[in-house]
Amino acid sequence: MKTITLLLATLFAATAFAQDTKIGAITIDHAWARVTPGAVKNSAAFMTFNNAGVADKLISVTGSVAKEVQMHSMVTEGGMMKMREINALDIPANSKAEFKPGGYHVMLIGIPDGLKEGTKFPLKLKFEKAGEITVQVSVEKPGAQDHSEHKH
Amino acid sequence: MGCSNDKAAVKFNATDITGAAFGKTLSLNDSATQEPRTLESFKGKTTVFFFGYMFCPDYCPTTMTTLNEALGKMKPADAAKVQVVFVTVDPARDKPKILTDYVKAFNTSFAALYGTDEQTAAVAKEFKIIYQKSQVKSEFTYMVDHSTQMYAFDPQGRIRLMIRHETGADAIAQDLTALVNS
Repeated sequence: MKTITLLLATLFAATAFAQDTKIGAITIDHAWARVTPGAVKNSAAFMTFNNAGVADKLISVTGSVAKEVQMHSMVTEGGMMKMREINALDIPANSKAEFKPGGYHVMLIGIPDGLKEGTKFPLKLKFEKAGEITVQVSVEKPGAQDHSEHKH
Repeated sequence: MGCSNDKAAVKFNATDITGAAFGKTLSLNDSATQEPRTLESFKGKTTVFFFGYMFCPDYCPTTMTTLNEALGKMKPADAAKVQVVFVTVDPARDKPKILTDYVKAFNTSFAALYGTDEQTAAVAKEFKIIYQKSQVKSEFTYMVDHSTQMYAFDPQGRIRLMIRHETGADAIAQDLTALVNS
């Protein structure tokens, strides 16, 4: 029993650490990436930047998880979805910026074995002012908590 | 006749395009069987067509997840009468086997269609879907900009709804339930 409690406490601590990382005035919340379906070798990573300080910019995201790691914008123009590489993500002062589904995201191109639910991988973030930090990104399957009649 | 019942008054969340002059033909292959499929072959089911490509990191998997959630919100008996069909606009990279694995990863009932470049262009034109390669880095490294609307057909095989991509699972589930029972 003691072991289980300890294990749970450790797990909880690990989870809390992974989901809430801070550098300077910027808190990086819920860094996650989408599980890769089937043979797909690409994915996207998402996270929220809560900024309690001056305006900053995320100027690079790097990692060995994929052959290429790019920051992308996604816009819908005239009903057409367009993704484009961006050089930086603005993080306004005393505000927040997000990589989120349907918006700005970190595109991971060429992940050798794909991403499996429940695993984690590091991404190094470089901010213009706040400096560098490595975040642990958890691989999640969105909607997995929903009851589906269609799972075997 | 019989128009005084509730069904005549169905108000959809999506745009009702019943009687549209487009979306009348389709000639592609089923990724699972590699057999030809047409609109007629989906009759009897409420069918949702969605156009995308596997390389797509965000929008396509988000939509596929939403469609799976929508089916999960429906009564199982109604959901069983819905066929979600993913049509690839990137047949050069989306080969049948990996395409089948891709759609089944979201929901084992989902189907995928592919065609030659010519067949794909013809279907896209018929369904008012625009697609074009962008950020081309090599023969196999590029993005595809593409239209995001989905279309729902009723069990009689008629085009009925244009569903915008940002529509939530609840709204889609309501509309599909209405179509299943139409």
